[in-house]
Amino acid sequence: MFASSIKTLGKYCLFLTQVFRVPDKWREFFKSLVKEIYKLGVDSIPLVIIISIFIGAVICIQMTINIVSPLIPTYATGLATREILILEFSSTMMCLILAGKVGSNISSEIGTMRVTEQIDAMEIMGINSANFIVLPKIIGFILFIPVLGILSMFFGILGGIIIAEFTDMISYEHFVYGLQSFFNEWHIWYSLIKCLVFAFIITSVAAFYGYYVKGGSLEVGQSSTKAVVSSSILILLADVILTKLLLQ
Amino acid sequence: MIEAHNISKWFDGQQILFDVSAKFETGKTNLIIGQSGSGKTVFMKCLIGLLTPEEGEILYDGRKFRSLDIEQKRQLRTEIGVLFQGSALFDNETVLGNVMFPLKMFSPLSHAEQLERARFCINRVGLKNANDKYPSEISGGMQKRVAIARAIALNPKYLFCDEPNSGLDPKTSILIDELLSDITHEYEITTIINTHDMNSVLGIGENIVFINQGRCDWTGNDKTIFRSKSKSLNEFVFASRLFKEVKLFLERQYESESNAESKG
Repeated sequence: MFASSIKTLGKYCLFLTQVFRVPDKWREFFKSLVKEIYKLGVDSIPLVIIISIFIGAVICIQMTINIVSPLIPTYATGLATREILILEFSSTMMCLILAGKVGSNISSEIGTMRVTEQIDAMEIMGINSANFIVLPKIIGFILFIPVLGILSMFFGILGGIIIAEFTDMISYEHFVYGLQSFFNEWHIWYSLIKCLVFAFIITSVAAFYGYYVKGGSLEVGQSSTKAVVSSSILILLADVILTKLLLQ
Repeated sequence: MIEAHNISKWFDGQQILFDVSAKFETGKTNLIIGQSGSGKTVFMKCLIGLLTPEEGEILYDGRKFRSLDIEQKRQLRTEIGVLFQGSALFDNETVLGNVMFPLKMFSPLSHAEQLERARFCINRVGLKNANDKYPSEISGGMQKRVAIARAIALNPKYLFCDEPNSGLDPKTSILIDELLSDITHEYEITTIINTHDMNSVLGIGENIVFINQGRCDWTGNDKTIFRSKSKSLNEFVFASRLFKEVKLFLERQYESESNAESKG
């Protein structure tokens, strides 16, 4: 088990050395980059918006219900909602969700290219297939993930505001006051740094599992599952390490 | 000319190829034939460089593949065209995009010239009105034609075809065989075709290498294949009912020829 994990880690590192090379044709690289930004990033916007609004609303409701002590001011609901969204939801939870969407997409796409010999066809032509296929995905998603992170924060808070505005659980003024209280700008940077690291994990791990798939359609499906599971675990591990490094 | 000298290949401790040697001549359609699982695809992948044989040497017009550095191998690969069994067309590119792909990556031509060359190749393989279609929107035979057009786009010196007739009806198979033969002679390419289709063997087998259980059992051409004394080759060639009938017919013909000679 341990030896196999070390072997996989070594294979992953070697794979990354293949990926991070200077592209053969910059023109083709930038074309692919734009396509990948659209496919992996822009296409994820609706999912991020919907999930963020609902989670923001749910966090607001739960905070209102649970913070009932007379010692805690009512504006704490807004403050707690903001902190939860910025510190954890908009980075870690959103990336775990995107690991499912983007990770399985990348893994199955590259896996299918492998089993249908499209990657072999590129290699035969003398193209560094790992670099040609994977690098635009990694760079594209890393470039776009801050946009998704900020959108998630915005729409999460909007979800809370909707609850404050349209229900009588908490007053709108108190909620907004809470949102504006004790704001630490570094928390936004911390969240975005985490997003960048998680974006790298999602794309590179999914590409790795897809690239080395052997067999047929069944194995492509299995590789997608492995990619999502592995990247989710790595995201959680990285979350612990980054929180310790960046917030202490 | 491509030469293979004493190629041996193992997978997980199991030997798949045993000292296979063969010569593939320029301007001819060279066929590698054998039963499924005989090792012919492994042999072809060793020739292309997708697999590295543990023993032996492969020479491309005298250039030892193993001795080439990365840049030389890269250069050599631009001289190679490959037609894969499943066509291996890029799903996210149109027919024109697929044929343009090697040109975009390696050709010094301008965009307009690349477009012209791609259209020429598509016309050369007899495809019409399919430029803007995606691989999933065209038939298997058309996909093979697109793959051939892509393989010849860079004017390759060596063309490898892995079972070009698999999954095609007999009529389309013959058309693909004829197309490969025409292209080989027209552009003086060293073409190597991996097949177990006897119609191809008889139609375009100018130089044939028979692989049996990882060994090269016989070499010859479409004229000599029926006169071979190799047991394994005869079992392969005359496996179908049609070719059993052909065998009986040929035996009767040889018998009457030898009778006529003895009387003469």
